[in-house]
Amino acid sequence: MANRINRDQVQHVAGLAKLEFTDAQLDAFTPQLDDIIGLFETLSEVDTDGVEATSSVSDQLNVMREDVADDWGQSHALLKNAPDAARGFIKVPAIIDESEDN
Amino acid sequence: MNFETTIGLEVHIELKTNSKIFSPSPVAYGADPNANTNVIDWGYPGVLPTTNKGVVADGIIAALALHATVEQHTHFDRKNYFYPDNPKAYQITQSDKPIGHDGWVEVDVDGVKKKIGISEMHIEEDAGKNTHERDYSYVDLNRQGTPLIEIVSKPDIASPAEAYAYLEALRQRIQFTGISDVKMEEGSMRVDVNISVRPVGQEKFGTKTELKNLNSFNYVQRGLEYEEKRQQQVLMSGGAVQQETRRFDEKTGETILMRVKAGADDYRYFPEPDLPALNISDDWIKELGDAMPEMPTKRRERYVNDLGLTDYDAMVITQTKEMSDFFDATVALKADPKMAANYLQGDVNAYLNDNHVDLQATKLTPANLAGMINLISDGTISSKMAKKVFKAITNGEEPKAFVEKHGLVQLSDPAKLQPIIDDVLQANPQSIEDFNNGKKRAVGFLVGQIMKQTHGQANPQVVNKLLMAALQQ
Amino acid sequence: MNYFKQDLASLHADLVAKKISSKELTQATFDNIKATDPKIDAFLALNEEAALDQATKIDAAGIKDDQPLAGIPVAIKDNIVTKDLTTTAASKILANFKPVYDATATEKLAAAQMVTVGKTNLDEFAMGGSTETSAFKQTKNAWDQTKVPGGSSGGSAAAVASGQVVAALGTDTGGSIRQPASFNGVVGMKPTYGRVSRWGLIAFGSSLDQIGPLTRGVKDNATILSAIAGHDDHDLTSSTQAVPNFAGDLNDAASVKGLRIGLPKEFLAEGVDDDVKNAILAAADTYRKLGATVDEVSLPHNKYGVAAYYIIASSEASSNLQRFDGIRYGYRAQDVKNLEDVYVKSRSEGFGDEVKRRIMLGTFSLSAGFYDAYFLKAAKVRTVIINDFKAVLKDHDFIMGPVAPTPAFDLGAEIQDPITMYMNDILTIPVNLAGLPGLSLPAGFSNNLPVGMQLIGRPFDESTLYKAGYVFEQNTDFHLQVPTLGGQN
Repeated sequence: MANRINRDQVQHVAGLAKLEFTDAQLDAFTPQLDDIIGLFETLSEVDTDGVEATSSVSDQLNVMREDVADDWGQSHALLKNAPDAARGFIKVPAIIDESEDN
Repeated sequence: MNFETTIGLEVHIELKTNSKIFSPSPVAYGADPNANTNVIDWGYPGVLPTTNKGVVADGIIAALALHATVEQHTHFDRKNYFYPDNPKAYQITQSDKPIGHDGWVEVDVDGVKKKIGISEMHIEEDAGKNTHERDYSYVDLNRQGTPLIEIVSKPDIASPAEAYAYLEALRQRIQFTGISDVKMEEGSMRVDVNISVRPVGQEKFGTKTELKNLNSFNYVQRGLEYEEKRQQQVLMSGGAVQQETRRFDEKTGETILMRVKAGADDYRYFPEPDLPALNISDDWIKELGDAMPEMPTKRRERYVNDLGLTDYDAMVITQTKEMSDFFDATVALKADPKMAANYLQGDVNAYLNDNHVDLQATKLTPANLAGMINLISDGTISSKMAKKVFKAITNGEEPKAFVEKHGLVQLSDPAKLQPIIDDVLQANPQSIEDFNNGKKRAVGFLVGQIMKQTHGQANPQVVNKLLMAALQQ
Repeated sequence: MNYFKQDLASLHADLVAKKISSKELTQATFDNIKATDPKIDAFLALNEEAALDQATKIDAAGIKDDQPLAGIPVAIKDNIVTKDLTTTAASKILANFKPVYDATATEKLAAAQMVTVGKTNLDEFAMGGSTETSAFKQTKNAWDQTKVPGGSSGGSAAAVASGQVVAALGTDTGGSIRQPASFNGVVGMKPTYGRVSRWGLIAFGSSLDQIGPLTRGVKDNATILSAIAGHDDHDLTSSTQAVPNFAGDLNDAASVKGLRIGLPKEFLAEGVDDDVKNAILAAADTYRKLGATVDEVSLPHNKYGVAAYYIIASSEASSNLQRFDGIRYGYRAQDVKNLEDVYVKSRSEGFGDEVKRRIMLGTFSLSAGFYDAYFLKAAKVRTVIINDFKAVLKDHDFIMGPVAPTPAFDLGAEIQDPITMYMNDILTIPVNLAGLPGLSLPAGFSNNLPVGMQLIGRPFDESTLYKAGYVFEQNTDFHLQVPTLGGQN
């Protein structure tokens, strides 16, 4: 098994997606994902030379909103819904690596 | 070994719009944490973004101001990464079809002119802000969704001085369009830099490092200067530059290793399905282009060629659009251009610096400055008197009325001055004798006496003329 | 009281004539749900107090002739946000989540004075075809409680089929309205992409998702769609096309005479049950007898739809579901030491297996080195599939075929086998990829389980589908057969 995606790759993708799996889950997931990716690869049978990609089937183009500010007055309700908040801020456990901050 | 340096700059500019780029929340500073936020800014389940037309217009204006080609078939993309200040865990930006590409600005470093290329510029949303305290971080999403333009340079910048000049040129041109305040100290202009060096003749670029914490143009230049030397020394000692991010230390002027880059980030860009693509019409581009103010380079040419200013004066006057507009308006009211330029660079700038204000926030007007300059030119007041008048016009007073009210009119009428001169000469025979014996210093003394008699209001040029005539009789 | 045999129009007439009050109707609905739901588990949350309150107010104000939906109860799929009413998307990560705003579709129903009685079960984040991936309960098929109700709008379909409500809203990303409608013998419409605003629909595949109605009859379906459709300033992908009164032409004069119908040979190919095939062939004969022509046509790339869809939908989902990070709302894991823990533990504990599988597939398809081969390739195949439809619909008024290859399958039969489950969507998925309208309506039975027929139309031509569906309904009796469940039915 696992000729299209291996355990390490699954773990790498999980890292990108902020998910973690136990060894048993990885054992189950890896061949499943591998099979599905095998299904995906059937697309290579379709000749798409010169074909444009479709990323939306909306009939809308150039729709924009005028630059007018509108305060929806939701900030209080939003803060109330936060798992943890203090002094009007959303509170989260410390970010260990602060290097990306600016 | 000789080296050449390659510098890349990514400049983020915050746009001055009423509402955010993808939500109608107000863009305002100094509000309570999270006060200017709604469900869109929080990335609530089920919300959708809406494109702010004003931001797209600003993107087109920026492209035009930087001689870039406007991408007429453009769209937004998602850039995926997790961070507490990034509520959807993706940023809506442009990766595939940025709104502008292949632009340039001209810089002048030590008299050498050079065009520096801009590879692309795109519009995107800003993130919120995290504050760290002990074991927790505190997230404020007020800044989330504030519109940004990111401008990416081509690898044309070959020295820290060019980097400085490039930033200054960018800042000026964007400032003149009015789409942003472009102030680094206020965060409306932010700069990420990378630099690499390579031996002259080597085709491949050297390994680059990124620099952080560069909060002014000066720091950018100093940080780059340090980093350029450091990398050269690493190479000369046989070492290899590591791909890493380094922090500029303002106190020591050194760069310090923050972290080594493990590999490229994987942002998984893909087209934003929630926002229809944009087809920007020729008409819209033309309309925005026609409404664009004259750019600083054009204005400088005009100031030097038509108004006779020096290159230096023209440069200083075009630091901001407000200053340049003020100058133009003052000159349009018949004020002498050279004097107008001198006042703006001298007394006006000093006043702005002392009071920490922008020109547009003061009570100074072109009409009053022109009025004062014209009073000097026609001899009504002396430059010395003008000091008092300048103070008055900073308070919004009309110069002519002020001069009249305080009797600041210069005494230039020979018929009124002659009797005073005669009196002074009569009272100082010794000085006349000194003059006749070739002691030119006596003139100064006599002028001083005349000024004293007239309480400083005598026109020195007229006094000089009349006095010399009297002495030489 | 028993309203199970009544449609919207007759309920409306009774309400206007004050034969019944909205409060009585609403109360009867809750009584019926309480009697039947232990058997089918269609609802995740009931809105009893607020609904009765609203009904009382509507009664007080009086219901007028021009308010066809006023005072009538409706159920909402639980991935459509409802202000102050728990909305979970059937996920632990949103357990107890109370939105602070309303979806446009529910706002429009409220404006038409429909009474929201509760939120219906679904596959977690609408990812599944059996409602078995719900984190909270297993909805059963209204006809046979050992069978799945289909999915992901399994709760809405079962609620309508069992007579709990006259109408419900569902959502459809790859068949999630049409397939459960088919499995439960009710009518479901997946409108043209952009017909109904997605504002407030918890996004799964943003370029595919649509909200649509599930009802017992075609005319009711058309009435609800007219109420929820239309351009919305909150959703820039929503169309500015005018919204017709879809039910307006559904009367005795409606006819399919002269219409050209395409029946793709790929829709009756291997893997499609004989009973299903026969039901569709019989329906084709019905249409021919009524004066339409039915041609065999081809959608040559249909079989690639599943692969293209699972790449595109999963990619979009992987991005859409990143916001569930434990920071601003919803579930945050308890035992956390730092930010990374908040992310990884909240998401790993909060999402179920199928959602994780899709997130993984999507993240993989977009990741560096794989984007061109997977996401971009799928987006190009999507264009090829759209062109197939365009070619057929150029000279055909609509396409007909089955909704799903089989009737409802046994609970637990396929949940361990993702690929088999995914292949069930082979006949509905291409419609979402192309953004076309798709109507599912009862067309037969197989071992006492309903078999559905799917009508696929040109963009924004829901009218033709409703007309063809209505005419079919007038000439068949499949829609008149109802499950026996106890309660009021």
